[in-house]
Amino acid sequence: MSDNAQLFLDSLWPIVEGAIKGTIPLALISFSLGLIIALIVALMRLSKSKVLSALARIYISIIRGTPLLVQLFVIFYGMPSVGITLDPWPSAIIAFSLNVGGYAAEVIRAAILSVPRGQWEAGYTIGMSQTQQLGRVILPQAARVSVPPLSNTFISLVKDSSLASLILVTETFRVSQEIAAFSQEFMLLYIEAALVYWVISTFLAFGQSMLEERLDRYVSK
Amino acid sequence: MSRNDANSGAGGNFGSQSQPGAMKRSDMNQGDVLFDVKGLSKSFGDLQVLKSIDLTVRKGQVSVLMGPSGSGKTTVLRSLNSLESPDGGTITFTGGPSFDFSKSQKKPERALLRDQSAMVFQQHNLFPHRTVLENVTEGPIHVQKTPKAQAIAEAEALLARVGLADKRDVYPFQLSGGQQQRVGIVRALALKPDVLLFDEPTSALDPELVGDVLAVMKELADEGWTMVVVTHEVTFARAVADQVVFMDGGVVLEASTPSQMFSNPRHRRTRQFLDRILNPLGE
Ligand SMILES: Nc1ncnc2c1ncn2[C@@H]1O[C@H](COP(=O)(O)OP(=O)(O)OP(=O)(O)O)[C@@H](O)[C@H]1O
Ligand SMILES: [Mg+2]
Repeated sequence: MSDNAQLFLDSLWPIVEGAIKGTIPLALISFSLGLIIALIVALMRLSKSKVLSALARIYISIIRGTPLLVQLFVIFYGMPSVGITLDPWPSAIIAFSLNVGGYAAEVIRAAILSVPRGQWEAGYTIGMSQTQQLGRVILPQAARVSVPPLSNTFISLVKDSSLASLILVTETFRVSQEIAAFSQEFMLLYIEAALVYWVISTFLAFGQSMLEERLDRYVSK
Repeated sequence: MSRNDANSGAGGNFGSQSQPGAMKRSDMNQGDVLFDVKGLSKSFGDLQVLKSIDLTVRKGQVSVLMGPSGSGKTTVLRSLNSLESPDGGTITFTGGPSFDFSKSQKKPERALLRDQSAMVFQQHNLFPHRTVLENVTEGPIHVQKTPKAQAIAEAEALLARVGLADKRDVYPFQLSGGQQQRVGIVRALALKPDVLLFDEPTSALDPELVGDVLAVMKELADEGWTMVVVTHEVTFARAVADQVVFMDGGVVLEASTPSQMFSNPRHRRTRQFLDRILNPLGE
């Protein structure tokens, strides 16, 4: 076996381990927290209160108007100067969750608005509270339309989580960087990392279409 | 005040129950005044849509609202179900709550008014993500906290009554318009409201599907449900209505029995309107 092939095989497990212990949990946790933030921000944005709606608007504008890498650096390298020092993992999770929150909020808001007003009224007339109307009538229908854009957000997050390597989180890309620096085989190791991201993204895209199919069972084709 | 004391003494096939001695309202007889609307008014911005509407609805009776487009029929119905907040006027239920819209209504008051009735919408507004059975049991189980088995049994019985027993597990999109509307009616019935409200329940349907829906409504009327129906189906009004209310420009021009209304309307506007719907080509 050639040296390169051997290096490829030897480094495969450490890199995959970086995905399993780094990239994947980082993305899953950040995405879940991000969705919660997004739902709250979307509801603030839709609320009658001008203050809440304005706050939500400002938040979304800042998140979408600044680079994710800068957001990450502000939290990890910037916060210590105001007395808040966070470890790499919490910093990454906070930055990514806030980022997803900003992007997904607009997706969720649009999805909620896409549900006809008559659905709110049907829930109201059968006696539902506002929370029930939202939880039992509106969000399940909004979920269907928001799966494709939210899947894109999630897949982007998986790839963007490689930025966490810059604040010292051990994940797919950082592992491959370390092996590359040691072995000087940059091309091989970076392509190997790319391959791992690609496999994860492909799985996610597959999951997306299964989910879409499931949620489409109640609409005419 | 729960919806469950509704329609006591009314036939009972569609799930209306009698609860002897439960509440004062359950001692009411068919034909007693169930609620009285006085001076109901509502503006959207500068547009005054309802200008002091008076309406008396008696227990077990069918009131048909007619009138030109934009005359405010839907707004009256939506106000009764608290889907709209009127600016003024009162609604008083005999032996029940009363509402004064000149004071602002808080959420619990609005909910209380809402709970007196249930709406059947023109576009049915079924929940597309729930099966037929789930649509019908949603209110009983998740709002009224009826035990699940009981709610399902009652829903199945109601669905059977409208000829949809075999559709319990399909989604609304798999039904015809007429079937969807019948499910819409059953969803409202399952709540056992004191009043059923219908807003042009057949006007979005293909002509051959209208009959099935009207037949169900006629059966409900025969069983003694109190109904307020916006419709231009004159045949239905003639056969089923106890009173026909003619609205124009946000006021009630006249209210009378169907025979009086259709044979000898008092107002020129009423006559013109009826001429037009009875004889659309003007021959
Ligand atoms: N939410 C709203 N905002 C502004 N104007 C409204 C609103 N709802 C109704 N209107 C107006 O109020 C008037 C009465 O409407 P309504 O729907 O009650 O009439 P209708 O008698 O039911 O008419 P149709 O026979 O066409 O259904 C119309 O001029 C309508 O445009
Ligand atoms: Mg109308």
